Amino acid sequence: MTAGGLPRGRATLVAGGPGCGKTLFALEFLMNGAVQFDEPGVFVTFEETPKDLELNVRSLGYDLARLVKTRRIAIEYIRVERAEIEETGEYDLEALFIRLDDALRSVKGKRIVLDTVESLFGGLADGGILRAELRRLFGWLKERNITAVITGEKGDKTLTRQGLEEYISDCVIALDHRVIDQISTRRLRVVKYRGSSHGTNEYPFLIDRDGIAVLPVTSLQLQHTASNDHISTGLRWLDRMFDNRGYLEGSSILISGSAGTGKTSIAGHFVDAACRRGLRALSFTFEESPAQYTRNMGSIGINLSRWIKKGLLRVHAARPTLYGLEAHLATMHRDIDQFKPAVVVVDPLSSLGGGTVGEIHATLIRLVDYLKTQQITAVFTHLISGTGAAAGLNKDIEVGVSSLMDTWILLRNTPGRGGDRQLLIIKSRGMSHAADEQRFRITSGGLAADEVPGALTAATRIRKD
Amino acid sequence: MPRKRATLGRRRPKEWILRLYIAGHSARAAAALRNLEMICEEHLSGKYEIEVIDLLKHPQLARGDQIVAVPTLVRRLPQPIKRIIGDLSNAERVLVGLDLRPRARVSRVGA
Repeated sequence: MTAGGLPRGRATLVAGGPGCGKTLFALEFLMNGAVQFDEPGVFVTFEETPKDLELNVRSLGYDLARLVKTRRIAIEYIRVERAEIEETGEYDLEALFIRLDDALRSVKGKRIVLDTVESLFGGLADGGILRAELRRLFGWLKERNITAVITGEKGDKTLTRQGLEEYISDCVIALDHRVIDQISTRRLRVVKYRGSSHGTNEYPFLIDRDGIAVLPVTSLQLQHTASNDHISTGLRWLDRMFDNRGYLEGSSILISGSAGTGKTSIAGHFVDAACRRGLRALSFTFEESPAQYTRNMGSIGINLSRWIKKGLLRVHAARPTLYGLEAHLATMHRDIDQFKPAVVVVDPLSSLGGGTVGEIHATLIRLVDYLKTQQITAVFTHLISGTGAAAGLNKDIEVGVSSLMDTWILLRNTPGRGGDRQLLIIKSRGMSHAADEQRFRITSGGLAADEVPGALTAATRIRKD
Repeated sequence: MPRKRATLGRRRPKEWILRLYIAGHSARAAAALRNLEMICEEHLSGKYEIEVIDLLKHPQLARGDQIVAVPTLVRRLPQPIKRIIGDLSNAERVLVGLDLRPRARVSRVGA
């Protein structure tokens, strides 16, 4: 996001209000340094005791105590209690320097965190001395080529209460924690990064058991390499409707329809076919648990559990309202990153509510864009439902989303013929496709087409291998 | 070991144990020690002991007494622990800080 990380050998200011994740951000920086990059570090805490710190991060899956024991990280707890201190005459903070130096030496530290150095202002009365000494401190760290993260409490009008941004001029990151519609969203913004290009947008992130996950916008570069390869829909009759070849690889497909029209089933066939070819597939199901999902697919003859056992398929079920839209997309993003699927199903898109149309649109652009840059073929289902205002919003989302998609499939119940459904390809970019509606039924052996419109009348059987 | 400076007098345990933390023998450190000795002689004659700790030689000792500034005077005894930072040039404030004088009309900011 900052095009390569924080500036090495320099200081980064992380500013934000209480509870926005500053400490965790700083800690993650340090732990990753110690574990992944062989750069031990020192955590200087002015507020929490080392014990509190260890407990707080343990809930997030970090074993800080072990890193301390193995001398990868040193924790220096500095407490300055104003009530116990009298000041008279001149002084400087040389003792602080000595302590930091000693702590850095003890682990051969390359990184340091000061969390939050502003606490000193609460403890010492002479702001003038303090400012001069802080300036000296940041210079001192730079001289030693220590990469530093300094946290600061958000001020009224300024980024930090004590105007630390004046001293730390290399890189400034602002964190924010908002609650919209009772759902908390955390955001991160790179305010300044000297000598480096960076995105200036706000990036949503979330804190969960795996620490911090950020959802990058991939800077919305429309540079996806467009593939000409195709990938089977899993249904022979549907493949035929797509120029006899199936979906375009790396494209995004929207399947919309009202309840019970077979959206999930079409997506299920697609997943099944992908796994059959040995591709990895990731399914996000927002309204069913993984067990429910595989059982329901089993009832129409699609056996997904064997792919899960083989490690080819992962089903991720979560209620999006748990996190809020952007944070939710951040988890999805991370799952995709970890599992590296060739195929992704999001079922249904419509439950990614909890925001204005603009917000939903913006975040979906990011997701679709990310999937495209990764050359992942993605199927999104969208439930057409609701009455009145809800339907209006739903419609707006659908219109907004469909423009992002390469292919749009519409499903509906056939009027007057119980059990029959109809499928229409509204658009499919970059390829020819059937123009007529196709009638199909949901059977215990999968989705079966009645007859193929146009010239392709021969294919009435579904794929059964 | 830190250098100890005992005052003259009887060999019984001192009621007042004071530690002065410094970083190298700077003019400021010398001034602080001079000021401290003068105040002690005047108000605590025979009852005190001063330890001077040079953090350049014993950096790890700064942690125990939570020292960030130098010079810092720490009153170890009598309890509770008190800290006074600065060159101790204002005797009145030092006396207040050591609880040898009541905290009257003392404003916290500025010396």
